[in-house]
Amino acid sequence: MDIESPAKLADLLDQHAYLADEGLSTAAFLALRMGRPLFLEGEAGVGKTELAKTMALMLDAPLIRLQCYEGLDAAQALYDWDFARQLLHLKAAEAAGITDAGRLEGEIYDRRFLIARPLLRAIETDPAVLLVDEIDRADDEFEAFLLEVLSDFTISVPELGTISARTPPVVVVTSNRTREVHDALKRRCLYHWLEHPSFEREVAILLRRLPECTEALARQVASTAARLREHGLVKPPGIAETLDWTEALLTLGARDLDPGLAAVTLGAALKYREDVEKVLGSGVLGRA
Amino acid sequence: MTGFARTLRAAGVGADHERTQNLLKALGHLDVARREDVYWAGRLTLCATPDDLPRYDRCFAAYFGGRRAVRGLTRAATVTRHLAGGEGEGERGQEAVLATASPLEVLRQRDVAALSEAERAEVHRMLALLRARRERRLSRRLAPSRRGRLDQRRTVREALRKGDVARLRHRDRTTRPRKVVLLVDVSGSMAPYAETVLRFAHAMARTEPRATRVYSIGTRLTPISVELRHRDPGTALAEVSKAIPDWSGGTRLGEELRELLTRTSVRGAIVVVASDGWERGDPALLGEQMARLARQARRVIWVNPHKGHEDYQPLTGGMRAALPFIDDLVAGHSLAAFEELSERLSDARRPA
Repeated sequence: MDIESPAKLADLLDQHAYLADEGLSTAAFLALRMGRPLFLEGEAGVGKTELAKTMALMLDAPLIRLQCYEGLDAAQALYDWDFARQLLHLKAAEAAGITDAGRLEGEIYDRRFLIARPLLRAIETDPAVLLVDEIDRADDEFEAFLLEVLSDFTISVPELGTISARTPPVVVVTSNRTREVHDALKRRCLYHWLEHPSFEREVAILLRRLPECTEALARQVASTAARLREHGLVKPPGIAETLDWTEALLTLGARDLDPGLAAVTLGAALKYREDVEKVLGSGVLGRA
Repeated sequence: MTGFARTLRAAGVGADHERTQNLLKALGHLDVARREDVYWAGRLTLCATPDDLPRYDRCFAAYFGGRRAVRGLTRAATVTRHLAGGEGEGERGQEAVLATASPLEVLRQRDVAALSEAERAEVHRMLALLRARRERRLSRRLAPSRRGRLDQRRTVREALRKGDVARLRHRDRTTRPRKVVLLVDVSGSMAPYAETVLRFAHAMARTEPRATRVYSIGTRLTPISVELRHRDPGTALAEVSKAIPDWSGGTRLGEELRELLTRTSVRGAIVVVASDGWERGDPALLGEQMARLARQARRVIWVNPHKGHEDYQPLTGGMRAALPFIDDLVAGHSLAAFEELSERLSDARRPA
């Protein structure tokens, strides 16, 4: 697919119901053109993961997702040997009377006994979109290791040799910034800080994603969400939460945001008891 | 473009050579004549944290608005206060302290705020020698072991060599030091104790550099772990005093805790707050943030130098708000108190 400008990319994303502003579409455009990972940072629920999913749809490529967590290691991110099948193979060879250790070794350390984990899968799949989600949750040792893979898109398996990508996958790395990611990794990437959308954009996104939503409801929800974000909450609602909330309201048949319905559906937007209490006590919803 | 990158570096954005090269490559794909394209190409390649963005915007406006940004943009006023005049004087003072057992034992128990210069230097020397031990947690890493889960790789390797599975090999999880996050209050009311606490922090950071995070708190949260990495306590402390902009100010603990909890994760860590709890901000906010902290951290230890005094009652507004969420309230006024704290950190499960 030939995408000649950021504006064209924004159009294509729009066709898949993702509204990107100029900064984000330029970032994604450059990531595609320069073959560099896109490092998206921002609060939870501003659409970081969603961008990767939409890019995959747009490019008609499978989305390969590596969810990071504390203690993530190479065996879960890269590859692992299929131990059970290897042993079965050895047993079968033994039964057939094959005892040549050299030959057996060559046989069991074969690609077909290798289980590909997300990073290896992304390198072997062409084309692919690789989403490294919430890198800030992994240990910093893992970052160094990821940097190595993202630098030349090759993986070396000691028993097998080097596997490299024919065309490097499109890579999106996301971070919620619960800790600072190492500079060396960021330097490899294009860095983009995603903000909560502006009021107009949020309304547009709600209408684009939820066709049955009326403009009046979208505007009310967006303005309430904007006010909630200035309320000093533990977890201010992101666009993901406003979408959920609007969907909840629509399911209950709401045509506009009345305080009663808003209060009972608040759990779709706010995920902390303290936040819900604070908002219900403050009368923000009453004024909506 | 390199001139622009230089302006950014002067303003504190880490726009290094490699990043500048990336900018040039990015511009190759965009329309150089469009101001927006240049803006985004620069922002995407040269910036690395949200903190860089306002600086970038200022520099961009200044540079492409026709004039260059002033070198070294005005930074917040920095009040530097050097600690105890460096190591040299302390060394000389040491001779005055007789290193016999009983005076040493007395010195151990005494309040550092009431010590003479020479005595304090002796306490600091002993703090530097403190081997700050650390509780260990199970890590995800596996190492060969007699018990544990099956080590598939080694078992297959051996089966290959011997022709059959002669013996199952195992591996088990290893341990790593548990993370400790230290928050050191450097506000005015803590002034007599701040240096000693920082020296204790140095001993902690030196023993387990990768598992220790230190921040100073006052009117703002300042990360000082990097400064404390220096082996020599005197040099490390001089670096720290240069890094902290808000010596001897007030304390807004609640806001700073909120910042800490949004910026970093304290999950699974032991959090040590060294403060007298003289909160200038809203105690309700402090209580709220302490509750969050207590839910995320493995253990919260509060070090209050005044707790060492016999008639101490936790009466300050901040202390009262924080108290329900503290696992241990310990004293931090003497060498003995710090030794006890160190002991507690080496086995945090021990009841208070």
